[in-house]
Order: sequence, then structure tokens, then C-alpha cells
Amino acid sequence: MSDRVTIQAKLPVGAIDTRASGWWAMIFVIFTEGALFAYLLFSYFYIAVQPHVYGDWPDGGIPSLSLALPNTIILLLSSVAVYWGERGRRLGSNNRLIAGLAIGLILGIAFLVIQYFEWAERPFSLSSSAYGSLYFTITGFHMMHVIAGVIGLAAMLVWSINGYFDRVRYAPIQIGSLYWHFVDAVWLCVFFTFYITPRLG
Amino acid sequence: MTTIDYERAPSVAEAGPDSELARRLQKMWETAPGLKGVLGSVDHKEIGIRYMVTAFVFLALGGLEAVVMRLQLAGPNEHLLTPEQYDQIFSAHGMTMIFLYAGPILSGFSNYLWPLLLGARDMALPRLNAFSYWVFLCAGIFLYAGIALGYGPNDGWFNYVPYAARQYNGGPNMDIYSLGMILLGISTTAGAINFVVTFLRMRAPGMSVNRVPILIWGTLTVSAANIFAIPSVSLAFFLLWMDRNVGTHFFDVNAGGQPLLWQHLFWMFGHPWVYAIVLPAMGMVSDGLPVFCRRPLVGYAAVALATIATMVLGFGVWVHHMFATGLPNIALSFFSAASIIIAVPSSVAVFAWIATIWGGRPIFTTAFLFFASFIVLFVIGGVSGFMTGSVPVDWQLTDTYFVVAHIHYVLIGINVFPVVGATYFWFPKFTGRLMDERLGRWNFWIMFIGFNIAFLPMHLTGLRGMPRRIYTYDADMGWNTLNMITSVGSLLFAIGVLLFFWNVFVSRKHGRIAGDNPWDAPTLEWATTSPPPPYNFVVIPTVGSRHPLWEGRLNETRSDTYVEAGLVLDKGRENVGTTPLDAQPDAILKMPGDSLAPFILSLCLTAIFVGLLLNLWVLVGLALVASAAAVLGWLWPESKLGETRAGVHV
Amino acid sequence: MQKKRYIATGLLAAALGGPVAARAATPLDYLTGYGSKADPVVQLTWGVLLISIAVVAIITLLLIASVSRGRAQPIPATPGQSLAVEREEGGLNWLWIGVGLSTLVLLFSVVWTMEVIAKVNAPPAKPALTIEVTGHQWWWEVHYDSSDPSRVFTTANEIHIPTGVPVAFKLIGADVIHSFWVPKLSGKTDMIPGQTNTMWFDAEKPGVYQGQCAEYCGPEHSLMKIVVVAEPPDDFKAWWDKQLQSPPTPSGQAFAGQIAFGTHCGSCHAVRGTDAMGILGPDLSHIASRKMIAANIFPNTPQNLTKWISDPQGLKPEALMQKPELTGAELADIRAYVETLK
Repeated sequence: MSDRVTIQAKLPVGAIDTRASGWWAMIFVIFTEGALFAYLLFSYFYIAVQPHVYGDWPDGGIPSLSLALPNTIILLLSSVAVYWGERGRRLGSNNRLIAGLAIGLILGIAFLVIQYFEWAERPFSLSSSAYGSLYFTITGFHMMHVIAGVIGLAAMLVWSINGYFDRVRYAPIQIGSLYWHFVDAVWLCVFFTFYITPRLG
Repeated sequence: MTTIDYERAPSVAEAGPDSELARRLQKMWETAPGLKGVLGSVDHKEIGIRYMVTAFVFLALGGLEAVVMRLQLAGPNEHLLTPEQYDQIFSAHGMTMIFLYAGPILSGFSNYLWPLLLGARDMALPRLNAFSYWVFLCAGIFLYAGIALGYGPNDGWFNYVPYAARQYNGGPNMDIYSLGMILLGISTTAGAINFVVTFLRMRAPGMSVNRVPILIWGTLTVSAANIFAIPSVSLAFFLLWMDRNVGTHFFDVNAGGQPLLWQHLFWMFGHPWVYAIVLPAMGMVSDGLPVFCRRPLVGYAAVALATIATMVLGFGVWVHHMFATGLPNIALSFFSAASIIIAVPSSVAVFAWIATIWGGRPIFTTAFLFFASFIVLFVIGGVSGFMTGSVPVDWQLTDTYFVVAHIHYVLIGINVFPVVGATYFWFPKFTGRLMDERLGRWNFWIMFIGFNIAFLPMHLTGLRGMPRRIYTYDADMGWNTLNMITSVGSLLFAIGVLLFFWNVFVSRKHGRIAGDNPWDAPTLEWATTSPPPPYNFVVIPTVGSRHPLWEGRLNETRSDTYVEAGLVLDKGRENVGTTPLDAQPDAILKMPGDSLAPFILSLCLTAIFVGLLLNLWVLVGLALVASAAAVLGWLWPESKLGETRAGVHV
Repeated sequence: MQKKRYIATGLLAAALGGPVAARAATPLDYLTGYGSKADPVVQLTWGVLLISIAVVAIITLLLIASVSRGRAQPIPATPGQSLAVEREEGGLNWLWIGVGLSTLVLLFSVVWTMEVIAKVNAPPAKPALTIEVTGHQWWWEVHYDSSDPSRVFTTANEIHIPTGVPVAFKLIGADVIHSFWVPKLSGKTDMIPGQTNTMWFDAEKPGVYQGQCAEYCGPEHSLMKIVVVAEPPDDFKAWWDKQLQSPPTPSGQAFAGQIAFGTHCGSCHAVRGTDAMGILGPDLSHIASRKMIAANIFPNTPQNLTKWISDPQGLKPEALMQKPELTGAELADIRAYVETLK
């Protein structure tokens, strides 16, 4: 009986790249959180296309790009840094991983700080109009995801410094960086919605 | 302590439930005794039972609410309940049945059965599994605490604004409902992710996608759908909570908000959800009915595809809940056509079931009675849905008791009846004992007759114009006799349900011993003991067909399935990972054992929502920090799970 | 299985027999229509209803036949006993035939539906008038529009329309979502705050057509009915003219009542031609000519009127009408005054 069941070749053991259950779980976390932002942006556009009897749309005029555009670039660069670090780990360099994560973390924190200043500048508030409610809620949801990502980057940095990973086993880094890139992609959609679509007339 | 090898060729052996291997596996997989085991168990079977028991408790509570309503409505102008009481009871009834019973009961069955059906030792993410149950329990308690304090939801289970807004609904009722639902959504999403990953990674070698039971297709489809649909309703409730507590204006017309935005966000989730609470149940029938017809299901591929098609189309019909809101004709036409055409994949399943009975040799066990009668109830619910799909007709039918009749035929007919049948079917596997068949017959007939007496005339009540959600009605509307009949029928139905609970209760101790496979059924769960050991299978089976245990007896198949001999995975808690389509082994997965992190995280998340409810922002902040810490503790890489490099001990 | 067949047949008979047997007093049923908006929908409703009943009957018969074919076998005596399995060919034909037929019926229904949507979308002729109805918790504000400003007026709860001509409606929700529904004349249309929904219907014959709010709007949603009185065009014009008149000046007890009314009721209610100009509650200029009170729930009798004025929540528990503080004399005076508002 047992000789008809094929004797297996060697199989990898444990959480290794896309064989890790956690990697797949993160993919679906990204799908569900992505759907959340899709519904948030749907809410924005649904309200945006209604006839506006209650003030300007956008409230306070078209939002300025002076802080938002550089901030977008900062977030994009942080994704690049994290990717560079992750690739370094695969090629065998723990130091490159640490460097990439550290730069990504610093840039992520910078994004949050600059976003805070942007918020302070807004002429409207969460409760002044539907537009204000949408602006702060949607960018706020994104900000919360960035904070979660920053905590994740910090944890990954600690783990990397403690030498947990090598070129074969670094699934937590692959999974965590997936999340960080997702946060970046969401920002591009949010940025496009609030800052670019009003300019498209 | 031990370093995990990067690679290993797993050995193959033949071993049974009394072997030395089985004893070692028992020690590795059994839940720890005492409180740590209760709070920390990640055993999918224990979690499944908890889900089922909790869901049945909510069924009973929802049933009590229904009985009280039917007493109030039995005759015109009754004063058993005040309007406010009635409004809370009908809202609680809907919330309880649709969210706290119908989804979780199917999660419970799926949780218990999936790894056994798939030939695996556990779900892909055991701690996430435990987490999804604890959050469900916390959310249910959160919601019912509100009801117990007299602050139950009072705007129906889909609580339209502006009536749900602070201006018209000043108490905490809608805040409790909103926050509780968001918390529940976290549970459902976690569960959904677990099912999808399990499907992709945890099937036994050889169980290619065209060999999985239909229950797998059902739960998989709705899990994938929930991943995309639940954020819509969670967002809707969060925006409502913000409008009510923080002064935002999403739904508030006075500052540019839109009441219909609520309806769109709710129903973009709500319509897929009603398929989510029936498709797995339909899958249970598709798997159970053939056993009692002694033949495979007719049209397996068609039924699997119809399951997926129904769910996909289900995302494109939500506006049919809004036909009377003043939409442009083009929207009305599109959504009406889609809502009628969605009946096509359902008809595939109906004819498949009938053909299976027709071409089989039926055995009238209690399970069969529930599965077979369900077909008629399904069709009645389906045609009343078809009628409401036609816009001009819906303009009369919507918001009347016709819709109430429809929803009860689809929910009781397509969820409760299959669930009861499934309980009769799988109870022997869960407990090792059969349920009583004589009691089962009484159970079936009283439920079936009571249900139809209660709800068949209700179609007529709706056609005679009785609106929904009214606490009383005048004596000269032509509704008196019909309501009395419905009330009497509902009491009879309730007795039937109690008989079911009674049968479950007594059979646990006094039922006939069942053995491994009392029904001589074909699927893998029947290849192990009843109840299964904590590790499910001593060796991992290799699967050769859709009906592993019927091979060699159906005319054309050879014997390709191996159950007694298979992969030995005994270096700790392990399972084999396989490829998504063909289920070829590609990894040995290290499975987590008991952990308190899911329970602790559930408490922290609940604390966040309690803080939001009471506007205690400090509590919210602290609970957020605690939750982050709990998540980090949970996800901290562990060497014994193979998450770190060799040589590191974490 | 005999039992199951009898039960199924019995239920079907009850379902069919019901509508025919008890047409007597069913004011809100819509299986008969009384206007050119209602008629095509009534046909479609019967059509899909009969299709549905036929489908259920066919499936039930097929199911009963499939279990009664004489192939059934007894439950094995021992659990786990091996029992033969076989796979009979040809099962899939069921699927193709059944699904094919079902799809044809569904497609036919889609086409018919689209036809009726188009037909009832617009009135057959230009509407003779536009009535603006605003849903409040828990009453109906009814505003008759006109191109002649002197013919504009507001009333409440009881709507009159001329027979034989389409009437356009503008529907508004003042507070929460309500739904305007007069089943024998038309399907329902929601009244949503922030938007104005339009619809139309006509009544072929004179009569009193009942309706009810059809979207849950709070505790007294159950007690929010509509009455549409369809009259021949001449009578309708006479009614309109009457509505434009101020009620006659009261004398005696009613005169005292008017003063008390102004003090206790005028901040919420309006009476044409007097100082009472409140808009929070129904216009009462011609309340005495209305057949029902409290949004068409109670007959307009002296006893009910007295109860309603003195203790609204006693009749309609969560009604938003403030309970006035009246002495017995004031109450009698106000009632006497209100009864003059014909």
C-alpha cells in the first residue's frame, strides 16, 4: 500500500515566501482594506456629483499641492527604500535590509508629520461641511493605516537588527513590506481623488 | 528549542487510530487542560462547536423576539407592546437572526468540517480562527447588553437615515448598534480570510479544485465575497457613528450630506450578505442529499459554477432594495433585469437536486426530509424574490408583508432547514452518537407544517397591502384572520425548533453509537473517528476523486485515494501545504498551538468600541495601544513556526 | 409521502382561494387597479404571480414524484452498514431542460417588466395639476400648486383629485424618509429629505382610496394613513374653491374657542384667514370637512376629537403634538370652534 503513495521529494519547512499562510492572509487583508478605501472614495464621488446647494466644492477652493505633492513623493520613496532593503535581504545583506527599513521608517514618520501640518492648514473642519467630513475622514483613515505601517516597520527593524532573518527565511519582511506598498498605493488613489480630480474640471 | 530544518522529505507510512504515531500526535495536538486551554484553544473543531452553540443561542433569542411580535400582531389593535418596545423587538429580531445566527452558524459548520473535508489537520490560520470566534462573542454580548439595558436598535436591521441620526434618535441605541456591527464585521472578515487561505493552501495532496465538496465551494465563494463586501457596511456604520457623535455630515442634508448614501453603502454589502447566509447551506444540502440518494450529485461542475455565478451576480443587484427611492429609469431597468436573471444559477441547483433524488435510491432519514423539503421552500422563496425583482410589481410589494414572507422563506427555508438537516447529518461525526430518528420525524413535520402555516398565507397578507414594521393594524383592513393564522403557525414552528434543540440535547448522552461512517458516506470526514481526534487524520490522506470513500463502488473509478497510508507529519504540529489548483505538496507548514493572543486582542478591540460608545477617548487611546501590543505579540516571529532563520531561538 | 402530497395541495388551494374569497374589505390590496397607472402593473403582478405559483406547483410535483418512484429504501438497521451506490447516467439532461425553460420564462418576464416600466413612466396626457405632498412624522402636508397664485392652498392628510385625468405629485420628506402609497392607484414612491421625487397617477372612477406610509419612520409609522378622494372634475373644482375660502367667523362658544385655539394651538396649526399661522402641524382650515383625524386613523367624531385635542398620546402614543394644558371649558370651546371649520 505505502509504496503506491509517492515518496515526496524534500519540501521546504515553515513560512517561506509565498508558501507562508501569512503571506496569503496579507494579500486578502489588502483586498479588504483596499475595498474599504474604494467605498470611502465612492462616498466622496457620490456626494461630489450631487448639486451643491451648501457652499463650495471643494470647500475652500481646490486644495493646494505645495505640501501634498512633496509628501506623496516622500511616501513613494519610502516604499522604494523598503523594497530595496527587502531585496538586499534576499541577496544576502542584513545591513541593507536594516538600512532600507530604517529609511522607510523615517520617511513614513516624515509623511505623518507633514500631513499633520496639512491638516492644520485646512480652512474647514470635520464638522463644517460634508466636504470637510469626507476630507478628514478619508485622509484620517489613510493616516491610521500609515501609523499601523510605521509600527510594523519599526517591529521589522527590531527583528532585523536582532538577526532573525536570512536569505531563505524572511517572510515577516515580505509580508510587512506588502502592507507598506499597499498603504502607498492607497495614498496615490486618495491623493488623486482630492487633489487632482478637482483640477480636471 | 529545536532548530527547524529548512527542508525535509516527509516519510510515508500506514498507521491507524491506535498506533504509536496516533498517541504522539494526540499529545502534540490536544488542547491544554483548564482555563488556558479554554481561552487559548485553536482547535478548529472546538471553535466550530462554540460558533454553532452560540449561534443557536442567538437563534433561540431571535425566536423569542419573533414569538412576542406575533402575539402582538395576532389580532388588530392589540396592546401587548408599546410602539417603542415593538420597534426595538423587530429590530433586534432582524439583527439577531441575520447577523448573530445565520452567518455564524454556517461559520461554525464550515469551521468544524473544512479541515476534515479537505484532509487537513487544521485551518490555515488557527489563531485567527480563535480570534474570529472571540470577537463574534464579544460583539454579540456588546449588542445584547444594549438590548438588555433597554437601548436596543430601533430602526430596523438596515436602519435608514435620517431616522437613525442623532436628531431623531437621541438615545445610545443606534450607537450601540453601529459599533457592535463594526466589531462583528471584524470577526466575519477574519473568518473569511481564513477560509480563502485554507482553500488555497491546505487541501490534501490530490484534492484538485474539481474534487472539493460543494460546501467548500459555498463557503469559499461567500468568504471571497465578504472580503470585498463587509467594508461597505462597516464604513456605513462608522460614518453613522461619526455623524451622531463627532458632528460630521455624511448623511445630513443640512450640510450637503446624502441619506441615500447610507442605503447604497448598506445594500452594497447587504445584498451579497443574504447570499453569504444561504450559499454554504445550499452546499451542505448538495453534499448531504447525495448520501441519502446513494449516488453522486448530478451536475457537480454546474452546481459549483452556479454557486460562484450567484455570488458574483449578487454584487450587481443591490439597487433592487431601493426601487422606490426615485431612481432614473436606466438604473431601474438594469437592476431589475439583473435581479430576475440571477434566478438562473439558482435554477441550476434546484434541478441538480431533483435529478439527484430522481436518479437515486432515496433513504428517508430525518436529514433527508429536511434536505428534500428545503427544495420546495427554496423555490417558494425564489419565486417571491423573482416577483419583487420586477420593478413595477416591486413598487407595490416592497415594504409590505410580501417581502417579509419572501425573506422568511429564503432565510428559514434556505438556511434553517438545511442547518437542521446538516445537524442530523453531521451530529454523529461531532459527538459519536446519532440523533433520535423518531423524535426527528416529529421535529421535521412540526417545523415544516408550522413554518408553512405561518408564512405561506403571509404572501397574501402582503398582497392585501399590510405594510412592514407596524406594531398594530385596524380591524377593517382584511388582515385579521391571516395574522392570526400566521401567529398560530409561528408558535407551532417554535415548538418544532424546541424539539430540535431537545433532540440535540438528549442525543448527546443517549444517542446510538455512530462509529466512523454511520451513513456510509463518501467524503473524507467520514474516514476518521467520530468524534475525530484533535489531529483529525493520523497520516495525511492522498485524494484521487470527488468521492474518496465510494471509489471502486461507483461504476468507473479505480481506487486512487489512500487514507490508511499517507504522509507522516509528526515533528510538532504540522500540516502539508499544497498548490492552489492541483493540490500538489509544496511545503511542510508549522501550525501554531494554543495561544492567548487572540482572546486578549478581542478584549482590547472590544475596549476600543466601549470607549467609542461612551465617548471615553482616553480609553480608546489606551485600548488602541494595547491592541497594537497584542498584535505585535501575536505576530512576533517564532522559530518553532519556522518564521526565523535556523540558529535563532525566539 | 401521501401526507406530504395532501399538505402541499392543501396549502396551494388556500393560497389561490384566498384572494377570490375575501375581496370584501381589503382597502390596501392591489390585485385590482383603478387607474391607467395601476392597470398595467396589476396585469404584470398577476402575470408574475401566476408564473410563480405554476413554478412552485411544478417543482413540488417533480419532488413528490422523485420520492414516490418506488426506488426508496429503508434506513439500514445498523449505522455504518454498507449500502450500494450507483451512478445512473442522464441526470444532466434535467439541468439543461429545466434551466433552459426557466431562463425562457425569466427572459419573458424581463421583457414584460421593461415594457411596463416604460408605460407607467410618464402620464398618458399632461397632468391636470401638481400636488406637493410632504411627509412628516406622522402626518401628511398637502400643498395644491397652481399657475394662479390666488388658487394655491395647503391642507393636510386628506387628498382630493379629479377623476379621469393624470395628477402629478411632488414628494418631499420633511424629517425622515416616508413613503407615499395608495395601492389601488399606484405603487409607492419614497419621500426622502433633500430631494424631491416626482410621480403621477390617475383615478378612473370616483371613490375613496386608502393608503399608508410605507417606509418605517418611527414609532407611529403604523398610524400614518392616506386618504385620496377622487371626485368628478366639477365636484373637485367645487372642493378646491371651498378650500380657498376662509372658514366662517364663529360665534358663541365657538368664538371663545377661536381665542383659546389661538393661544394653545396657533403656534403649530394654521387656519386660513385667522391669526393662527403655525406650520409645524397640519393645516386645520377645513378640518371639520375631513372624514378622519390624526392622519386618517380615527373617525372625525366629537368624542375622538375631544380625546385627540386633550390627550394626543392617549390615542397615538408617540405623537409629536404637544399635550395642551386646557381646562374642561377651554377644551369644549376649542372643540366647538374646530367643528365649525368646514
